[in-house]
Amino acid sequence: MKFEARLAVDIGGTFTDVVLERRDKSLVTVKTLTTPNAPEEGVLIGAAEALFLAGLNPADVGVIIHGTTLATNALIEKRGAKTALLTTEGHRDTLEMAYENRFEQYDVMIDRPPPLVPRWLRLPVKERLNARGETLVALDEASVIASLPALEAEQIESLAIGFLHSYANPEHELRAAEIISRAMPRLSISLSSDVAPEIREYERQTTTVANAYVRPLMERYLRSLAAGFQSRGFSCPFLLVTSGGGLCTVETAARFPIRLVESGPAGGAVLAASIARRLDIPELLSFDMGGTTAKMCLIDKFECSTARVFEVDRSYRFKKGSGMPVRIPVIELVEIGAGGGSIAHVDALKRIEVGPDSAGAEPGPACYGRGGENPTVTDADLIAGRIIPEKFAGGSIALDARAADAAMTRAVGAPLGLDAAAAAFGVSEMVDESMAAAARAHAVEQGKDIRKRAMIAFGGAAPLHAARLAEKLGLSRVIIPEGAGVGSAIGFLLAPASYEIVRSLPMRLDALDEARVGALFLSLRDEASDVVRAAAPGARLAETRTAYMRYVGQGYEIPVPIDLDGAVAPKKLNENFERAYRVLYGRIIPGMAVEILSWSMRISAPSPEAARVSAVSDLREVAAGASLEVFEASTADWRRYGVHDRSLLAPGDKIPGPALIVEAQTTTVVTSGFDALIDHARNIILLRKADA
Amino acid sequence: MSAVDQIRLQLLWSRLIAIVEEQAQTLMRTAFSATVREAGDLSAGVFDTTGRMLAQAVTGTPGHVNAMAASVGFFLKKFPIRSMEPGDILVTNDPWEGTGHLNDFTVVTPVFKNGTAIALFAATSHIADVGGLGFGPDARQVYEEGLLVPISHLFRKGEANATLIEMIRANVRDPQAAEGDLYSLAACNEAGRARLLETLDEFDLDRLDDVGALIIENSRNAMLEEARRVAFGTYDYSIRIDGYDKPVDLVASVTIGATGVDIDFSGTSPASDYGINVPLTYTQAYASFGARCVIGNMVPNNAGSLGVVRVTAPEGSILNAPRPCAVSARHTVGQMLPDVVLGALSKAIPERTPAEGASCLYLPVLLGGRGVGGGEEFIVNPFYTGGAGARPGKDGLSCTAFPSGVRNTPVEINEASAPIVIWKKEYRTDSAGAGRLRGGLGQTLVFGHADGAAFAVSKMFDRIRHPARGRDGGGDGGKGGASLDDGAQLRGMGRDLIPAGRRLVVETPGGGGIGDPAARDRNLLERDIRAGFVSESAARGQYRLKSG
Repeated sequence: MKFEARLAVDIGGTFTDVVLERRDKSLVTVKTLTTPNAPEEGVLIGAAEALFLAGLNPADVGVIIHGTTLATNALIEKRGAKTALLTTEGHRDTLEMAYENRFEQYDVMIDRPPPLVPRWLRLPVKERLNARGETLVALDEASVIASLPALEAEQIESLAIGFLHSYANPEHELRAAEIISRAMPRLSISLSSDVAPEIREYERQTTTVANAYVRPLMERYLRSLAAGFQSRGFSCPFLLVTSGGGLCTVETAARFPIRLVESGPAGGAVLAASIARRLDIPELLSFDMGGTTAKMCLIDKFECSTARVFEVDRSYRFKKGSGMPVRIPVIELVEIGAGGGSIAHVDALKRIEVGPDSAGAEPGPACYGRGGENPTVTDADLIAGRIIPEKFAGGSIALDARAADAAMTRAVGAPLGLDAAAAAFGVSEMVDESMAAAARAHAVEQGKDIRKRAMIAFGGAAPLHAARLAEKLGLSRVIIPEGAGVGSAIGFLLAPASYEIVRSLPMRLDALDEARVGALFLSLRDEASDVVRAAAPGARLAETRTAYMRYVGQGYEIPVPIDLDGAVAPKKLNENFERAYRVLYGRIIPGMAVEILSWSMRISAPSPEAARVSAVSDLREVAAGASLEVFEASTADWRRYGVHDRSLLAPGDKIPGPALIVEAQTTTVVTSGFDALIDHARNIILLRKADA
Repeated sequence: MSAVDQIRLQLLWSRLIAIVEEQAQTLMRTAFSATVREAGDLSAGVFDTTGRMLAQAVTGTPGHVNAMAASVGFFLKKFPIRSMEPGDILVTNDPWEGTGHLNDFTVVTPVFKNGTAIALFAATSHIADVGGLGFGPDARQVYEEGLLVPISHLFRKGEANATLIEMIRANVRDPQAAEGDLYSLAACNEAGRARLLETLDEFDLDRLDDVGALIIENSRNAMLEEARRVAFGTYDYSIRIDGYDKPVDLVASVTIGATGVDIDFSGTSPASDYGINVPLTYTQAYASFGARCVIGNMVPNNAGSLGVVRVTAPEGSILNAPRPCAVSARHTVGQMLPDVVLGALSKAIPERTPAEGASCLYLPVLLGGRGVGGGEEFIVNPFYTGGAGARPGKDGLSCTAFPSGVRNTPVEINEASAPIVIWKKEYRTDSAGAGRLRGGLGQTLVFGHADGAAFAVSKMFDRIRHPARGRDGGGDGGKGGASLDDGAQLRGMGRDLIPAGRRLVVETPGGGGIGDPAARDRNLLERDIRAGFVSESAARGQYRLKSG
């Protein structure tokens, strides 16, 4: 490689993280405040600072990789474009009726999230296809033209078109788009047959409408950022991270910005998968705990689990069903309202509850002394001795232990007759228990076992809770990577250029039309390869084909790999289906008819290579310079913990538990059940003691 | 109890709830019946050895809330815990000892530790077909509604009861699905059993009974405390619904006192001659759900919290229908019970209770083939919702299931799996009960055969003659309807043939409003007019909007 460095930028709600990776793999990291009104400014400032620190010029950078929550935030804060929707006549309320259900059984006061397009901007068009894509009612062009006055009068900036069964035949949508753009050439148009060509009209429409809603904003932002990079002398490719953990070009991102919604967490998962490869651990549980939420993701055979649907903005306690579903390839993870800032209280049943409300950064936990009066997980960690007040955040925030005690006693201790320490014990145990339950449920949903896994923990609060969580889940190895505080941005640098397209073509296995499926895959391959080639010119491309199958009449499809030779022979496909079904559900149903609903093609360039980390031999036991009393959750008593400074530890060092390993962004708690060692990549590895 | 024990108890309680949620999740992912998978028409729970429920998963249907809990008692009566052996799995679909109709199968699995039974897992799910006339209200006696499996062994000491399984397979229209669903019930209990044993090891416990007693006690006290916050007294309410062939009166008196909530249905109409009768366990489930929605709704379901709400109905009434009454479509009446209970409670806690809503799901069974229109053989059973009642401070939810928690099936999925075309599925203008806070809207659906052939529809629609009523001056919700596209009216209940070339039009009811419509916020009214939820003429009429 002739370039000196690669640059990754992750825009989050509060901070913009910049990571510059030099050719020797060493990292320069910069955190700047996000500039919400013109996010590109924060990016350019951070990039300049990182280059300055590294002593490099923009021309030295070989690639810029960017992930951002801007699209997500625009959806949550309703800051998108004024959007209209053309629908099949008779079906203009699909978007608002959603699943016709309530996501919380016992609460009569809940509301579903309001649709992004109100009813008067959902305009009916006379046309109708059937499930095979055949025309039942020809497109009535006059009814398309009839929508123009409304689009103009309402000053619509972006249009979604979502007709029934368009996944099977896009012609009506394409023709309608042609008619509209002839009259309104500057209007941004998103087609459901383009954005999410999958069966199930509600999810296809929400995805298309969400895409249309954020598209003008994201196009403007991406173009202006690209121009900004250019004018500052960066001449390298500029790539975006998708929610599926792959990379694509600005052009693709600007067309399908909905695919960017979960890029931050995807970066974290990519980092976890890369560490899995480097340490040769095929099965991992990735655990990311920040200020507001905890996210967990399973890595199998060195790959992140992926899903096809994601809910944006679960507005009711992060509850499933309370958000807006979008059908995009996404890293499958479970997210719950459990972070350092999560607030603890006692409910009517005298049970300690933690989260999902968070004290955030302002006012923050009680111990920040910025007016926060509610006890949080961070307060509990401080009371339990896991956080050393003068070393928190590198000493930049002075923690007030007395304020933490007072808040904990008032809100949790007093109602239950507990002192502050016992209350803090209860709070941290409950938050760890919730995370353990979420991780187990997530594994059950995927038919996987969690117990044989190692865990990788990153994010500000994860190293504090990882060992206890591992104890609850019965895991015996925990990895705390270096630079965990900017884990997502580091992950961006490890992502491959890749793109996945899913298209529905329902078919029973006993009536499989191999020629049609073959033709479908050819067109998917062309489409996806174009995207990937633009992002990784000249790279050798690999393809992965998947069929989404189920027994006839079931409601969920499961992903079934199609063999590398691409054969879709019914017998082979059935074998693969039965194998996948057995893994998920333990048994198959002999004699039951099988069908395929959708087909997917993923094209990817190789991931940046990750060198294996060799095992550490010759461990040196390191004595602690100091020691502190820390509350041990597994035995519910105080123990003497050794205290270490992470920056002073070297590969081969062994730290017997119990111990605290302190760094600027976080502290790793080595409970009595674990010992820690430092590997050649400077990861902290926690290993369960033999007799524990 | 020491501080540590107190926290350990809470951890174990959380764990038990997580275990039954996992149990339910396993069932939902493996079920064949569409209503289980898509709609969560299932329940799952863990019980102590005396049959007291300790935790139950929160699923899509309140119909099983304590019906399944009562069911476990019947199992133990027939097979006392001491007679059970490792590897035993029991099953029934008896409507009176299960959850109210033959389609619901309940499976019970004992858990053994060191050779002693220490707990039971139970799960219920809806199996699409049990033979007989099929899911619908037309039977006169339960014998016509399909196969009844008395409480018996599905597995004995790990060995499947092959005779029973063969009997079931021989009596239903889709034997594979029925067998598959029975296995998935057994598998979900097995998942619960394994996780419970792991948990007991982690907490170093040999039995569950002591912890169970504490959980029950704690929940009972919390629930009692909630009930005591409501002004003591007896509150009466009644509603009249369409029924099958004649109107049905549902009459409740709800008494709040120091010992909790007592709901009695004396005065309710006698049992029907058709399949809309409700066995008592199902009555208890929906009535107590209604109360629990507004009293102590954060207290988890278990024997302690459920015991605080007691429900009685006179034997022989439609809400305590004896054998051999027909019960297949018991949901059409049962789903109205929360409206009755909430109506009574609105006199005590109006600030928490909604107005009446459509409540009864519209579940048209569409079918074709020999004897039902000819042509291609098919059957689909989608479900649709009407409008919910207006709520204190808020409009009612349009087209939203209440009290049931089901999800609909996509139009595209229904059209891909059967030769039907759903030509229309849209909100019905002016179907919401008018009010300062209006009800939710119902919807209009138009179904046709893909090839224009004849097909049949089995209907279980209520609120066609008797709408959801408004409160405090609010208007009634729009009535439901069933007709042909040429205007010919159809009955709300029973099977009809849709002639070749004709389409079926179904209109779901709207929810009732609260308060004087003239007092509605004019901005909200303008918005409703713009969206087409309220017509100009209704705005000028009911809402007394002055033009200009």
